[in-house]
Amino acid sequence: MISISGLIGQLFAIALALALAPLLSGWVGMCRAWLQSRTAPPLWQPYYMLHKLFHKDVVLAEGASSLFRVAPFVMFGCMVLACAIVPSLSTDLPFAPAADALALVGVFGLARIFIALAAMDIGTSFGTLGGRREMLIGFLAEPALLMVIFTVAMIAQSTSVATIVETLAHRDFYIHPSLAFAGVAFTFVSLAENARVPVDNPATHLELTMIHEAMILEYSGRHLALIEWAASLKLYAYSCLGLAFFFPWGIAAGDSFPALLAAIPLLVLKLAIGGVLLAGIETINAKLRIFRAPEFLGTAFLLAVLGLLVRLLLETKL
Amino acid sequence: MPKLLAIDFLLILASAWAAIGLAGLAAPRNTRFISKILFPLGALVALCVGGVGLCALGAPAETAVLGIGLPDLPFHLRLDNLTAVFVMLLGCVSVGISIYAAGYFRDGAGTAPGLLCLEYHVFLASMLMVLLADDAYAFMVAWETMALSSFFLVTTNHQHAEIRRAGYLYLLIAHVGAIAILLSFGVMTANSGDYTFAGMRAQQLSPFWASAAYLLALVGFGAKAGLLPVHVWLPEAHPAAPSPVSALMSGVMLKTAIYGLLRVSFDLVGTPLWWWGVVALAVGLATALFGVLYATVQSDMKRLLAYSSIENIGLLAVGIGLALIFHSYRMEALAALALTAVFYHCLAHAGFKSLLFLCTGSVLHATKERNLGKLGGLIHRMPWVAWLALVGVIASAGLPPLSGFVSEWLLLQGFLFSPGLPHSWLNMVVPVAAALVALVAALAGFAMVKFYGIIFLGQMREAALKDAHDAGLWEKVGLVWLALLTLLLGVMPATVILRIDAATRQLLGKGLAERIDDHGWWLLAPIAPARASYAPILFLVTIVLSVWLGRWLVHRLYHGRVRRSPAWDCGYFFQGPRAQDTAEGFSQPIRRIFEPMFRMERHFPSARDTAPYYSVKVEDHFWHWLYLPIARLAGWISTLITNLQGGRIAIYLMYSFVTLIVLLLVARP
Repeated sequence: MISISGLIGQLFAIALALALAPLLSGWVGMCRAWLQSRTAPPLWQPYYMLHKLFHKDVVLAEGASSLFRVAPFVMFGCMVLACAIVPSLSTDLPFAPAADALALVGVFGLARIFIALAAMDIGTSFGTLGGRREMLIGFLAEPALLMVIFTVAMIAQSTSVATIVETLAHRDFYIHPSLAFAGVAFTFVSLAENARVPVDNPATHLELTMIHEAMILEYSGRHLALIEWAASLKLYAYSCLGLAFFFPWGIAAGDSFPALLAAIPLLVLKLAIGGVLLAGIETINAKLRIFRAPEFLGTAFLLAVLGLLVRLLLETKL
Repeated sequence: MPKLLAIDFLLILASAWAAIGLAGLAAPRNTRFISKILFPLGALVALCVGGVGLCALGAPAETAVLGIGLPDLPFHLRLDNLTAVFVMLLGCVSVGISIYAAGYFRDGAGTAPGLLCLEYHVFLASMLMVLLADDAYAFMVAWETMALSSFFLVTTNHQHAEIRRAGYLYLLIAHVGAIAILLSFGVMTANSGDYTFAGMRAQQLSPFWASAAYLLALVGFGAKAGLLPVHVWLPEAHPAAPSPVSALMSGVMLKTAIYGLLRVSFDLVGTPLWWWGVVALAVGLATALFGVLYATVQSDMKRLLAYSSIENIGLLAVGIGLALIFHSYRMEALAALALTAVFYHCLAHAGFKSLLFLCTGSVLHATKERNLGKLGGLIHRMPWVAWLALVGVIASAGLPPLSGFVSEWLLLQGFLFSPGLPHSWLNMVVPVAAALVALVAALAGFAMVKFYGIIFLGQMREAALKDAHDAGLWEKVGLVWLALLTLLLGVMPATVILRIDAATRQLLGKGLAERIDDHGWWLLAPIAPARASYAPILFLVTIVLSVWLGRWLVHRLYHGRVRRSPAWDCGYFFQGPRAQDTAEGFSQPIRRIFEPMFRMERHFPSARDTAPYYSVKVEDHFWHWLYLPIARLAGWISTLITNLQGGRIAIYLMYSFVTLIVLLLVARP
């Protein structure tokens, strides 16, 4: 049932995700610095950070329970699973049947719940604030993401991410106007879910505006390293999901070695371009007040529903 | 010797429950005997009931006639696959609840333990009889027994006025519902005088009368289940009742209403019309959204769970509506998908909601506190309850790999197929309804984080919480049973669906079994693996493996050192428990974003207040716009009628005389 070469391909995809994800974060940070006329940190900065954090002792707050210590590992595990499901190089993934696109949303939800609960565990004012805001962003973003997935799934007649990519990339080329709406909505959602600028600022420690940072204030050492790594894996997974839905060309259909090798530079190129765009968005936008976030994500939700309606009204053969 | 059928077993077990209840009366004040012998016996009977239900799935239907009741009107009973699913649910869930109850009920004020034992077991037996009933008469008798016994259980602590009030409201709405159900049965018998369900199936109702019967059933069973707008008893009765009773009512009794709705709409009234499904879908969506929004803003932990039950009932109604729409267009394969989602969600909700209610019971025992604002940090004192509650919370938030996610996934898959409907606008509107389902699911996550985070995490908000103790042995066993049920339903969906498929086949003539059977127990692919698949076991293994591997590698390559120090919190020095979010603070974003959905009375201090205070009181719009006007109307009519009561015999004689004259005029040949 599961071929050896498929399994190797799968493990390779996971290893690639683990290796590339911090690089992607570093690249986005670099582009941001350039666009803002700052001297950029080196591209390898995230790896140095991870290495440093893993070396440090864990300083655990006195009121921390075991849930607090488990949460970073669970979050990391969820993100590894997400990266294993989303096709980055090839659609022949033995783990793909484990979860389709709907379950993928569930994986992100599980990680979110654990980190939000961990944030509430110590019982500090910023922790609970972060947990509450994270859940707020979560319940606004999740329906929009599901509607995007619905639109794409209706085009491909499947919710399996691998099948969607195969349908969109390897069959006759159609122009789907609904995908344009869905694409914009997906961009909005990814910005919010990855704690990026219009909704949250990954570089901030300005106390009253932070969301993601507020939740992880009390983490240190290896726990913090895992959370940072998981956050970059999440960005990587979202980027790959966006590429799979909207720019799927170049993802190999089988598990042949040359096709996989050819897919790697293409993936790196696409991610690099995506990183530049993300840095651009983050530079030209200001961070929204927290209560403007519902409007931002409400727009995303409406766009996604509009995309679905366009699909149902215009693109279905009557 | 005649062969003993499964239905005879069930009757024996129901009588056993009744006998256990009566045994409680023998020593009504002997708490030890009742809790350590009778309740475990009840759990044993429940285990047998669950087992018989499981075995009866897939077997041919069995009938029995019980010669009790009125002369010439015996009880007809029937055990078919639809009944068997719910019998299984009743048995499996009440095992855990009964074991828990063995450790829960103690001496104290309120109903004597012996009486409580009687009410509890009569409640269980009557739920079993509701499921088995095969004629309207037996059904109504069992239904009323169920309503009354649960009423007495709700009012266990009847010395409190608000609990008596909650019980009264429950009884009132239960009877409004019962009238609607009775009328629905009346319409379905169509003057034939045959009250058996077989007789109703044989009737050919005109579309008008069939619709009338369906709508009456929707109102009647909706009142028991908690559909809008007859949901108001739920958030009152659940906090009033002792926790095992709340668990039983929310986990099992609400499902008997779902059973009744399924029985009427798929089995008794004949072919459904397409708009029946739309009505159920719309009501269900409104109920689900309403329930989850109100769940997020509650400050009482049991009220929060009660509103969450309303949400889940709404989702069940959405599933029933979708199945009815597909069924009315004869798209049986898709109807089977939606109906399977309904059955699965019944099982899942019964498991995780009972678990959560029982956890609140343990918290209540340990702290004497239901108000979220006075709890916090209990994971340190009650690790068992806290970790088991986490299982329920994740399932209730509809997250993989536990049970709540499976049914949600099936339901969303059902929605994905709705563009294929042969109807000009339904095929566009119905998929968009999925957007609301997605919103409800996401909000459920918010409510559950609030529930768990505020009770079990953070700092203790009151000094008295330091003395909290973990649940006792009986309670732990009950909780573990329900958590295991939730886990099993989560990771073995294909196996479970293959079992309950018999019920789907009975109602629709088609099931999912032949498609699922090909892929092995670990993969759930209701249509085809390329179309959609979910393998929770693979999912679970990957996450557990990467958690374990990650931990091992980090400790191996680097180190596992840990130091303890006070929390940092950006250097702020004031870190007392009051600096945490309150229950009200946590839900403030919801109140702000969905402001029109709530009826709020707020007080904000001005800048010059010397003694500033904040307050917010959230009320249900339905109370103000529906129930209070009806209550006023009823009061007004009663005052009018009291005018008739003059107190003089001559006037009363006159009334009789006038009535007689009017009757004679009307009934003139």
